[in-house]
Amino acid sequence: MDINDLRSLFTVLAFIAFIGIVWWAYSDRRKKTYDEAAMLPLDDDSPFVPSEPQVTKDQERKSS
Amino acid sequence: MQSQATYNYKVVRQFAVMTVIWGIVGMLVGVIIAAQLVWPELNVHEWLSYGRLRPLHTNAVIFAFGGCALFATSYFAVQRTSHAPLFAPGLAAFTFWGWQLVIVLAAVSLPLGITSGKEYAELEWPIDILITLVWVSYAVVFFGTIVKRTVSHIYVANWFFGGFILTVAVLHLVNSAAVPVTLFKSYSAYAGVQDAMVQWWYGHNAVGFFLTAGFLGMMYYFVPKQAGRPVYSYRLSVVHFWALIFTYMWAGPHHLHYTALPDWTQSVGMIFSLILLAPSWGGMINGIMTLSGAWHKLRDDPILKFMITSLSFYGMSTFEGPMMSIKTVNALSHYTDWTVGHVHSGALGWVAMISIGSIYYLLPRLFGKPEMASKKLIEVHFWIATIGVVLYIASMWIAGVMQGLMWRATNVDGTLTYSFVESVKATYPFWTIRLLGGLLFLSGMLIMAYNMFLTMAGGKAVNAPVLAPAAAH
Repeated sequence: MDINDLRSLFTVLAFIAFIGIVWWAYSDRRKKTYDEAAMLPLDDDSPFVPSEPQVTKDQERKSS
Repeated sequence: MQSQATYNYKVVRQFAVMTVIWGIVGMLVGVIIAAQLVWPELNVHEWLSYGRLRPLHTNAVIFAFGGCALFATSYFAVQRTSHAPLFAPGLAAFTFWGWQLVIVLAAVSLPLGITSGKEYAELEWPIDILITLVWVSYAVVFFGTIVKRTVSHIYVANWFFGGFILTVAVLHLVNSAAVPVTLFKSYSAYAGVQDAMVQWWYGHNAVGFFLTAGFLGMMYYFVPKQAGRPVYSYRLSVVHFWALIFTYMWAGPHHLHYTALPDWTQSVGMIFSLILLAPSWGGMINGIMTLSGAWHKLRDDPILKFMITSLSFYGMSTFEGPMMSIKTVNALSHYTDWTVGHVHSGALGWVAMISIGSIYYLLPRLFGKPEMASKKLIEVHFWIATIGVVLYIASMWIAGVMQGLMWRATNVDGTLTYSFVESVKATYPFWTIRLLGGLLFLSGMLIMAYNMFLTMAGGKAVNAPVLAPAAAH
């Protein structure tokens, strides 16, 4: 087999792998997992800006 | 008082502030070289001549401004979506100081004319080694944080950031391979057309991964945050990621149409560039549609305006790019100002605007303020920047098409209708409009810096507490 046949084969395999990924991503089994993952940035039970001053490591060092 | 585990915001703060500072520096150099094209008398000294300042401009805006924005946003997003503080904080601090040193060395060596001559990879070999050290540390910090995450998922933004970090490492190592002759001079390890191919494999993937995948990571975290809604389709984002990974690597040859590069390689580059339209637009639609059902937020939220406008420019430039990669179109557009316009529609419209939006989101949160000091100034910044980009790219379109047509025009007897200098003369008015567009964009950055310092004044450096492991479920 010629090296170019291997190269063509690799291209075809890469294409099949990609189709596989699309099929996998759109399968129903993934739906719940993805819905959870999509909420990751929004799950903020701790506020970005604490309502009362948060003890940070910097401040701790200063006060001690 | 009991101390609680907090996220490492210090390095995020440092990178976020330097994003604004380097943005101003890089764009100022851009404005200077734009002015030099209109008034060549401004080339006052060899150190400040166009040929030396142009690589300084590209390096400063891509690696200093864009780089700092990517470090800041990726360090922020990876900690918060992994519910874990940064891995190896000492190494994270090294990435900040190391990266600043790279930038300063670039700012000194490029005006002195110390260059390897490879576009977007001009820095000489000792700086290349420093970049490698910083980049490996970045990878360790980033992937280390993902490894120690306390949630099961790796959020899609982290996939994009991770893809960007890995690919840039490979690109940098391969393209910077060189034989050092002295401390300040090296020669590429490749020769002839192979060297050109390696260079543009690097060059186009610098666009594809440094300037696209990383900023898509930014989009997938900060657009949902600012809009307060999850991404439109998480499935599409997964397919978007893999489609980008599978296709971008092959598109480089379109920079070498009609050169000594084998014809079939040029065609492969063109075809993969055309295929790229699909993932690019998939991602753009996914980002914009995140706002579906909440379009009203766009009316009075200038940060969201920055983000959504950036996605519109992303859509525009990723339509324009594949079109320009078609050989027959490229025969007209290549070497003209159309290319310059295309790059800036991506760089100012997409990369800069998504970064600006994300940094506006970050700053108050990093300095313990509920919001930026002045919302009105963000609004002003948005409109100045948008008008600036539109002036810039519209003038370059006209200039580019005009140059292309003038260069190819022939008389009946086969001689050229125009000399080159006639096309230069005809371009002057458009270079002036471009300078105005660039000046507007730079003014916007100065407004941003003012707003940033107002926000920082009297603010406390705040590190938010780490989210509980089970928060996602």
